Amino acid sequence: MHVQLSEEQLLLRETVRRFAAEVVAPRAREIDESGEFPRDFFDRAGELGLAGVAVPDEYGGAGMDGVSYCIVVEEIARVCASSAVVLSVNNSLVCDPLLAFGSEEQKQRFLEPLAAGRKLGCFALTEPDAGSDAAALRTTARRDGDDYVLDGSKVFITNGSHADLALVFASVDLEARHKGITAFIVETDRPGFRRGAHEYKLGVNASGTTELVFEDLRVPAAQRVGEEGMGFKIAMATLDGGRVGISAQAVGIAQGAFEEALAYSRDRRQFGRSIADFQAIQFYLADMSTEIDAGRLLTWKAAWAKEHKKRYSLEAAQAKLFTSEMAQRVTSKALQIHGGYGYTKDYNVERYFRDARITEIYEGTSEIQKVVIASAILGS
Amino acid sequence: MPTSSFALTAEQELLRSEVRRFAEERIRPGVDERERTHEFPADILREMGEMGLLGMLVGERYGGAGFDTVSYVVAVEEIARVCPSVAVTMSVSNSVCAWPIYCFGSDELRERFLPPLAAGVHLGGFGLTEPGSGSDAAAMRTTARRDGDHWLLNGEKAWITNAGFAATYVVMAKTDPAAGSRGVTAFVVAADSPGLAVGEPETKMGLKASRTAPLLLTDCRIPAGNLLGQVGEGFKIALATLDHSRLGIAAQAVGIHQRATELAISYARQRVQFGVPIARHQAVQFQIAQMATELEAARVLTRHAAGHEGEHHGGRLASQAKLYASEAANRACYTALQIHGGNGFSDDSEISRLYRDVRVTTIYEGTSEMQRLVIARHVLRG
Repeated sequence: MHVQLSEEQLLLRETVRRFAAEVVAPRAREIDESGEFPRDFFDRAGELGLAGVAVPDEYGGAGMDGVSYCIVVEEIARVCASSAVVLSVNNSLVCDPLLAFGSEEQKQRFLEPLAAGRKLGCFALTEPDAGSDAAALRTTARRDGDDYVLDGSKVFITNGSHADLALVFASVDLEARHKGITAFIVETDRPGFRRGAHEYKLGVNASGTTELVFEDLRVPAAQRVGEEGMGFKIAMATLDGGRVGISAQAVGIAQGAFEEALAYSRDRRQFGRSIADFQAIQFYLADMSTEIDAGRLLTWKAAWAKEHKKRYSLEAAQAKLFTSEMAQRVTSKALQIHGGYGYTKDYNVERYFRDARITEIYEGTSEIQKVVIASAILGS
Repeated sequence: MPTSSFALTAEQELLRSEVRRFAEERIRPGVDERERTHEFPADILREMGEMGLLGMLVGERYGGAGFDTVSYVVAVEEIARVCPSVAVTMSVSNSVCAWPIYCFGSDELRERFLPPLAAGVHLGGFGLTEPGSGSDAAAMRTTARRDGDHWLLNGEKAWITNAGFAATYVVMAKTDPAAGSRGVTAFVVAADSPGLAVGEPETKMGLKASRTAPLLLTDCRIPAGNLLGQVGEGFKIALATLDHSRLGIAAQAVGIHQRATELAISYARQRVQFGVPIARHQAVQFQIAQMATELEAARVLTRHAAGHEGEHHGGRLASQAKLYASEAANRACYTALQIHGGNGFSDDSEISRLYRDVRVTTIYEGTSEMQRLVIARHVLRG
């Protein structure tokens, strides 16, 4: 085992860090407060090749490796977690499954504009009564000649407010449970596709999270991704990759909060000296930096495993479980180091603290990660 | 092209499987008996020497095996998985005796002391800690005074692993007691030097088949050429040595953590309560998932730190690995014993031995508190 970023990866990190500082950071607080979706950020990220980082050039992507993708998401999350998840969803949850399971025609027609950042994607799996138990979804897809007709509703859909394309999971046979689930790539301007209201949340407030409602939504059969009944498999495989993206987001949030706390601890003086001179604060900083490094390595390991192993569910779940809980602890300590100031909107750390919370929930809760890990280790 | 890999190389993988086989076949039998009787596993160590496991980082020129540091932590992990006592004996001989002599010794010292250490004919020890100076190593009271062609060492070193079995010690002493840490000098001391005595062995909570005893230095006479580095460089050498040896202890903790996880899994599969193996209960599944995740985190931190030893951030990485791996291994042994219930509390259970053995990993080679100070110093310095 040897982990050393290549010249290209170091250059990428520098480029994305500069982009994040110049384009993303200045508006991070504002869009958190207003909930305004950062579509302009996504467009500019697309121009840099960040919308389809690991998608091959021929399909509009940047053709980079998985660790590079983690670097991109981490660097964006380091300044704005909302923007990071917008990017992560487009890359991991829409481009990835189209690349892995889409037909050649679907890749040309849908993957290319998504990977190039000309179109924005969302992933529509979760429903009001089907969260962790995704196989319980109730949205239906009825075959009608050369089309399918979709009916149902989806909730908590990141990018839902602005997506041009949605990867929708619906059942062709509710009785068959997960074996009836089928995936479709759907243009959001089709008749019968309706977006719900902006969801007000604790954190990642600018991620365009909405409900989606499908009423007699007619989709050509050519837009079915994979075969009928393959949808659950596609969703689970996709979430493995999504977990790597969310792990990178959690690492970025933690890193950003850590850097703010480090700077604050040097500047803040109490009892006649910088609070960084107190052992209590030093120990917090030491633990934070250690856990961030561990989380980053686990994340990169999962990204590496995705490219080098047949199955990487275990690595992805371990990275997601560890990094999301780590981000929780690190942002909490970062806020604590800021004291009363940290509790105000004058500092960024309260935003990091709120944004970290979702990483333990979406793309599979910590509890679901433990189920995945235990079943990989113990057998189901 | 990316250069990173999370896999071991073919050579490292081969070493890992050979060491695992050796540990299972040669170390596992009698491990409980040796812990009970405090018997030092001298025969096993001789065989390990023949395999190149006691001079792993020493170059071939001096009889060593010339392994990279990642290979070293992989080997320590595999030994610790079966017997943490043998692992610490191995780690001390490699990391805090052979390694500083190899890195800081004159050609003459290397030629004289390294070949027998590397071959396992001799074991090594390290004399830094004293009764009154643990974390505050610069407060040591042992002195070294020049006497013609010799140095005379006086003082008491405490908690010396391998004391009595080691033939060679690296010992720190004050050549200028008024100069604080700048007055510390390092020496290579042969065990048969006049004036060196080994005190009564300590009885410990764990690692009972490793030997720990004080070194008593009374006008201990060593040749002037046994100076390691320059006069006044001892503290720097001690800190560099500890940066390095923390990797060995991190690896020891990872090995214990690995075994605790294996024991928890196999017990949970066979123990039936409420009509099903307890591995079917979500509470137990989640405990195992947590242990396994933290094990992976500890392992990647340890191997990553080993791969970047000696680099700008090497010291921070080593302290992070030692801090995290030792704390995580303690949690894992606690949880694994909990999964074993009353059976884990029995002296007959392997997990109860690991539970005792693991405790010291957050203490020696720098307590967790000292690791945090080291890490904080690095991050605040930037």
